[in-house]
Amino acid sequence: MNDKATPKDPEKEKRKIKSAKKMRDIMTTYYMDALTARENNKTVAWITSGGPVEPLIAMDIIPVYPENHGAMIGASKMGEDLCIKAEDMGYSSDLCSYARADISCAVVNGGPLGGLPKPDMLICCNNICGTVLKWYEIQARHFNVPLFILDTPVCHSGYTKEIAAYVQNQIKEYVIFLETATGKPFDYDRIKTVGALALEGQKLWQKVLKTTAQRPSPMSAFDAFFFLALIVTLRGTQTAVDFYTQLLKEMEERVEQGISIVPEEQHRLLWDNLPVWYNLKWLSQKFSDHNACPVADTYTSAWCSAIQYIDANDFLGSMAEAYTRIYLNIGVDQMADQVLGMIQFYGVDGFVMHSNRSCKPYSFGQMDIMNIVREKTGIPVLMLEADMVDPRNFSLSQADTRIDAFMEIIKQKR
Amino acid sequence: MIEELTPFYTTIKDPEQTAQSIKTKGKKILGYLCSYAPEELIFAAGCHPMRLFSRKTEISLAENHLQAYCCSLVRGILEQGLSGDLNYLDGTVFPHTCDSIQRLSDIWRLNMDQAFFADVIMPAKLTTASARDYMKTVLNKFKTDLESYIGHPITEDDLAESIALFNRIRTRLDQIYTLKAEHPAVISGKDLFCVIKAAMIMDRNLLDTCLKDLLSALKNLPQKPGDPTRLILSGSVCDMPDLYTLVEDAGGAVVGDDLCSGQRWFQGLIPQDLPPMDGLTARYTDRVVCPAKHSGNFARAKALIDLVKAKKAQGVVFTLLKFCDPHAFDFPYLKECLDKEGIPSLHLEMDDQQTNSGQMTTRVETFIQMI
Ligand code: SF4
Ligand code: SF4
Ligand code: SF4
Repeated sequence: MNDKATPKDPEKEKRKIKSAKKMRDIMTTYYMDALTARENNKTVAWITSGGPVEPLIAMDIIPVYPENHGAMIGASKMGEDLCIKAEDMGYSSDLCSYARADISCAVVNGGPLGGLPKPDMLICCNNICGTVLKWYEIQARHFNVPLFILDTPVCHSGYTKEIAAYVQNQIKEYVIFLETATGKPFDYDRIKTVGALALEGQKLWQKVLKTTAQRPSPMSAFDAFFFLALIVTLRGTQTAVDFYTQLLKEMEERVEQGISIVPEEQHRLLWDNLPVWYNLKWLSQKFSDHNACPVADTYTSAWCSAIQYIDANDFLGSMAEAYTRIYLNIGVDQMADQVLGMIQFYGVDGFVMHSNRSCKPYSFGQMDIMNIVREKTGIPVLMLEADMVDPRNFSLSQADTRIDAFMEIIKQKR
Repeated sequence: MIEELTPFYTTIKDPEQTAQSIKTKGKKILGYLCSYAPEELIFAAGCHPMRLFSRKTEISLAENHLQAYCCSLVRGILEQGLSGDLNYLDGTVFPHTCDSIQRLSDIWRLNMDQAFFADVIMPAKLTTASARDYMKTVLNKFKTDLESYIGHPITEDDLAESIALFNRIRTRLDQIYTLKAEHPAVISGKDLFCVIKAAMIMDRNLLDTCLKDLLSALKNLPQKPGDPTRLILSGSVCDMPDLYTLVEDAGGAVVGDDLCSGQRWFQGLIPQDLPPMDGLTARYTDRVVCPAKHSGNFARAKALIDLVKAKKAQGVVFTLLKFCDPHAFDFPYLKECLDKEGIPSLHLEMDDQQTNSGQMTTRVETFIQMI
């Protein structure tokens, strides 16, 4: 942070993504707003990362994402401590570490922000997992606030008319829930604007992610993990649209000028599953040392994968489908198809799968996807055992050796 | 052992044999994984619903599909499927419940070659009218899936008959449980578990008769004295007959349970005064939930405490499978609620592939002595 003390390496400076600072500022302001909501008579809702946030924005409710907070906890290496606290409360160490960290945070006000602002209501959408259902039940009891569950049945092999009708009904119930919780009528005009901004934000995010198809890649999937925070937390706002417009411009300029994130990009990789937050820097450097760039991932693209189902003229009406047909809520074969599509689009030479102990819906089925990828593309696949927040499930030395071996194979294949 | 128990022991000793003999009567065997599978519909379709249990074998084939941090039940069943041990199945039914079964369904569909496969994607929350409506459409869809498999419609009569049979079975099981709670020595926990397990496997008509016989035999047994420490088991599947014996050896008795291989599976009759599909909907929506389903934030604690009181139990043993998320999430809260009521509890973490350890014996003994 102290710019004056250390002389800058011009080569490194050139590669730095300038928008990062802007993004940090926006997130700081956002969290300040959220943390002071009570003093300013604002309402706070906690919501799952896959949940429909647009109605909240349209009602001037500040959405807070425990999972985004979980990522911050992981990145600031506070995960182990908080997870242990949850275990002391009786929660098994096999449970999702976002949930564990959040559950203990709510009790001890720990973490980088000293705890999240207390919620006035909870919005849980189970399109990502069954964990959030349990987690939000726990928090609903803890904070004694109303809980709305948007139940999005899994589309193992398609979005059926039964599922469609059920989720559409629940979108109506969601609106009624918000009206009851806030005592205000729902603003049907405002949701149109918010919906349009959400769609625009997602389109921009998708364009940003697609710039990495260029060689060399202007950013890595690990940068995308960082820039993801805005499309999650501020989707549906002008702020997000403006930011991603700027980020896209920066990426396009980098492409034009041939500025890559990895100095001598030679190998391109696809990453699967959540990041390993507490070791992102190390991993990034490790791949970079091999002249490899993880150019894309299956996780960050989840926040634009529903674009095709959104009807710009009827956002509220199309929300059911858009929120139900997301990456984690479909069958493993459909997930494999998306992976194959990405391998082709980004022209990757290897596939790194994070077998994430925290996340069962993401990790179970990975081995089948791995086999499909091997069979259909022949590219090398590496499976890394870790956890996104709890470092006790990650062995650095083992990862180090395995990545070396994996990169050796990729180099030989060229 | 009384002879009325023999058919149950024969069944669980060799489920495959049971399946083969049912097959010779021209019935298709449909396996299912979890107590949310609508067995009444499977039966009404002229098929045989058969619950799958994992076997205590080494995992080798499933290693290529499921990581080690998956519960032993799901891994164990996949292992059996891949090894060909379940080749007698004509199909499998996957109700949507926990994340692990959700993904097992995909893996099964992609790797197993069976004539019939169905996901029954039930709602996860069961508290709203829309969830109830959805439950009905899901059950109807499953009915249609079955009909196209068997090639003819399931008639109202078939369905009503099936419902009546299952209600009868459930009532008889409940009576046996009640008897056990009143006179714990009348049937050992191990025997009772065998009966329940077999009830999910054997031919349902035969089961009905066998339960009837067993019930009257038990009623006629001379009453044995005894004043054991009364316990409730709570968890998902407790496939450990040893545990029941261990409890009894230590001076306790399992007088009731909150297991999906127990009371939670058979509780909740289907209202017979409603049209059959409405009756089924009501049962699957209103039955006592497992933690993979939501029926309010306090439903499970309330159900457990009510059960403890109804069975005059003195303690609860949580038998949780390792890596089982839904149950692990509920445990601290359930324990806290029991604590508040002054009901002692013990937490046992188990694994299907591992059998009774000395450590477990000591813990159970200490727990019972403490009460
Ligand atoms: S990491 Fe996985 S299990 Fe945890 S909240 Fe996210 S989707 Fe659910
Ligand atoms: S605990 Fe629930 S989800 Fe698990 S097998 Fe039993 S009924 Fe099914
Ligand atoms: S034991 Fe738990 S994780 Fe395993 S199948 Fe049953 S509910 Fe799912």
